[in-house]
Amino acid sequence: MDMRTPLGKVRGLGSAKSGTEHFWRVRTTSIALVPLLLFYIVFLILYGGRPYPEVVSALSNPFVATINGLTVIASIVHMRLGMEEVIQDYIHNEVTKMALLILNAFFSLLVGGLCLFAVLKIAFAG
Amino acid sequence: MVELALPKNSQMTEGKVWPKPADAKNVRELRIYRWNPDDGKNPSIDTFYVDVDDCGPMVLDALLYIKNKVDPSLALRRSCREGICGSCAMNIDGSNTLACTKGMEDIKGTVKIYPLPHMPVVKDLVPDLTNFYAQHRSIEPWLKTVSPPPAKEWKQSHEDRQKLDGLYECILCACCSTSCPSYWWNGDRYLGPATLLQAYRWLIDSRDEAKGERLDNLEDPFRLYRCHTIMNCAQTCPKGLNPAKAIAEIKKMMIERRV
Repeated sequence: MDMRTPLGKVRGLGSAKSGTEHFWRVRTTSIALVPLLLFYIVFLILYGGRPYPEVVSALSNPFVATINGLTVIASIVHMRLGMEEVIQDYIHNEVTKMALLILNAFFSLLVGGLCLFAVLKIAFAG
Repeated sequence: MVELALPKNSQMTEGKVWPKPADAKNVRELRIYRWNPDDGKNPSIDTFYVDVDDCGPMVLDALLYIKNKVDPSLALRRSCREGICGSCAMNIDGSNTLACTKGMEDIKGTVKIYPLPHMPVVKDLVPDLTNFYAQHRSIEPWLKTVSPPPAKEWKQSHEDRQKLDGLYECILCACCSTSCPSYWWNGDRYLGPATLLQAYRWLIDSRDEAKGERLDNLEDPFRLYRCHTIMNCAQTCPKGLNPAKAIAEIKKMMIERRV
């Protein structure tokens, strides 16, 4: 039986004094992704169906490679933060929640690492 | 907590159909949630019939007609019958509102009435709002100052007073908070729209000297940032207020003090 007072329950462990950083990053990455993804879509339209060497050489252009790298970083950060929100919203078992938050971080880093490796490999090794 | 199916003891059953009023020409059907903590039964939906010609125009009038003439055991809260006390908040025709200001004319067909969603039920249409009130208490909804009190009163310009319009009218009926999915899933940690609107009412008050402290207490992934601007709160508020906007303003203050 829970004999804590209602106010005691509401106050709980107190304010985490964080959350604004998370909120701000979700907004900044989504703003960044508007031009980045527009560029990406235009690139796909222009180079869709072109011969392999031509596409690889376009992708290894320093400007294109940089933009692609930034797109990867912004989308992976955005994805991770968004998934964190979903987990916090819907998972209420503390152990499961912790495990999923860690898995989410690892998964994002892995996918992000692989994408960045691909961008760099094309940029430097063709 | 997200629950896709109702727990066994909350599954709805078909309740009693009460007799129609004799000699009534205009009869309106009401389907009302019933639950009695003492009989050990699951909640049920009772069907009532109200003689419209012998009853006021509002849903509350119909509920009181039932309580007075059909079934005195029907439990509900009500007090002012004019939308200022917030006692008779309930889910009517699919949305949370005050029974006293909701006209039966505005509802098509059967009038369906449930208690406020996702709250523990005390009996019938009476929800347990203990946690809701404790949350309101937790934001310390009173003027906090450090400066020596002035001889007469804390002064406020007309412009600063106007900033409280759209906030001070809140009657804490809990319609908004109990319409919010984020509040359903995380009501133990998320403060909910009503409490956050009240928090903003004190944050924006030019006389208050504890803004920083207030913001510190709100800066939390759960207390404040479970709001995902779903907007059910603004949609349902029987006083026409916009808690979602107040929450957005708090988030803006959070950003403002760090950039």
